[in-house]
Amino acid sequence: MSQSSQPETAARRDWISALAKAPPGRLAALLPELPAYEMLRAPEIGTVMVQGRIGGTGAPFNLGEMTVTRCSVRLSEGAVGHACVQGRNKAHAARAAVADALMQTGAAPQIAAQVLGPLRQEAAEARATRAGKAAATRVEFFTMLRGEDA
Amino acid sequence: MYVAVKGGERAIDAAHAWLAEERRGDPSVPELTLAQIREQMALAVNRVMAEGSLYDPDLAALAIKQARGDLIEAVFLIRAYRTTLPRFGASRPVDTAAMAVDRRVSATFKDLPGGQVLGPTFDYTHRLLDFALAAEGTPPPAPMAPAPDEPVPHVTGLLDRDGLIERQPAEDTPAPDLTRQPLELPASRALRLQALARADEGFTLSLAYSTQRGYGRTHAFVGELRIGRVAVEVELPELGFAVEIGEVELTECDTVNQFKGSKTEPPQFTRGYGLVMGQSERKAISMSLVDRALRWQELGEDFTGAPAQDEEFVLSHCDNIQSTGFLEHIKLPHYVDFQAELELVRRMRREAVQMQEAAE
Repeated sequence: MSQSSQPETAARRDWISALAKAPPGRLAALLPELPAYEMLRAPEIGTVMVQGRIGGTGAPFNLGEMTVTRCSVRLSEGAVGHACVQGRNKAHAARAAVADALMQTGAAPQIAAQVLGPLRQEAAEARATRAGKAAATRVEFFTMLRGEDA
Repeated sequence: MYVAVKGGERAIDAAHAWLAEERRGDPSVPELTLAQIREQMALAVNRVMAEGSLYDPDLAALAIKQARGDLIEAVFLIRAYRTTLPRFGASRPVDTAAMAVDRRVSATFKDLPGGQVLGPTFDYTHRLLDFALAAEGTPPPAPMAPAPDEPVPHVTGLLDRDGLIERQPAEDTPAPDLTRQPLELPASRALRLQALARADEGFTLSLAYSTQRGYGRTHAFVGELRIGRVAVEVELPELGFAVEIGEVELTECDTVNQFKGSKTEPPQFTRGYGLVMGQSERKAISMSLVDRALRWQELGEDFTGAPAQDEEFVLSHCDNIQSTGFLEHIKLPHYVDFQAELELVRRMRREAVQMQEAAE
């Protein structure tokens, strides 16, 4: 495990994550045309065991599985892309793997601007909307004065 | 004795065809879509995911539709499907302190960092039927407020600062897996939590309630209950580093329970823990009460004979698929077994009558 602090690793981790978390339909809309590629590992559906920690902080335990789909591709120019996405959408996994490969080519600035930028912004908006609704249900306690000489 | 078991095929086919028709119901009523079930029966979907032990809302919605709304049957379908899938690995333990909370309440502290956030709760509703829902309509948008950009730390951490509560120091003992090795007793707490996370909600609720009524009482307060989304991070071998591949909604409950002290350690609160897939706070609270009750030995308490303290009893009966599998099998043909019983009873009666006659 190379929990690398290299900036390239951190950047790649970020874009693979943004592609994996993208709503599949939205990713397809933002990246409709894919370049020529070959499958190194055709999309495969499986599971990942999700773990929690005892008391939130202690030893790990198995909470239950979630479905995932993984895929690996190689572009004709040689770049290799990988994806592991939540759910059972094979087209999503393939498209995410191609996008990961494209991010390692000269097309990276274009993909970053046209695909990753909107995905990140929309994810942040969706998160902010939920956080805003939650904030509206936050209890603001006030103390009632009791007794005669209030 | 061999009894022919052929002859039921035609009847079975007809039964299944009728089942499909009954499942659809009156064809003049529009058919449910999976998206409708997923979006509008979300808590049923959550329960099927939690007890099916597989997080996939679309699959759970399909299972509910196929099972005609019988949630245990739906859990059965999910468990069966799960066995057909390869497992690629395990996630890193999720960080529930970093949860994007929809709801977060504490029954022990009024004022706490991050605040009391009610979220989309049934609490404080009057439990009066809302006939407006019988008509179609879109609810008005929920109000929004500026979200403070502040962390929402675990409440137990506040008590821990003063040493008032039992610690759960981080460690990385590999978690035992109930789905890979047969259950062996005594079970570790990690194994018990896995079993409880997928346990039947009703069974867990009843056991938890029994502890409140005195059968293994642990004096639980809900230190914290939180519902929200956490990122799932997985190490991808082809990359050599971990990435967030998605998000799951979880419900977490931390209870603060009666003290424990010893000659060497001053008294401090103890804890129970519940973590459940989806939004399921009844289950999460129940789980943490049962978890705590099962810890009697570790915490040096007395075994009072309460069911919730009995690990063998709890773990052997909490799984509704195991339970229903064994329970429902007795309705299937047992002609040969019963024939043997019948022979036996007849012989015993004959012998009893002969003995009586001989005595007279």
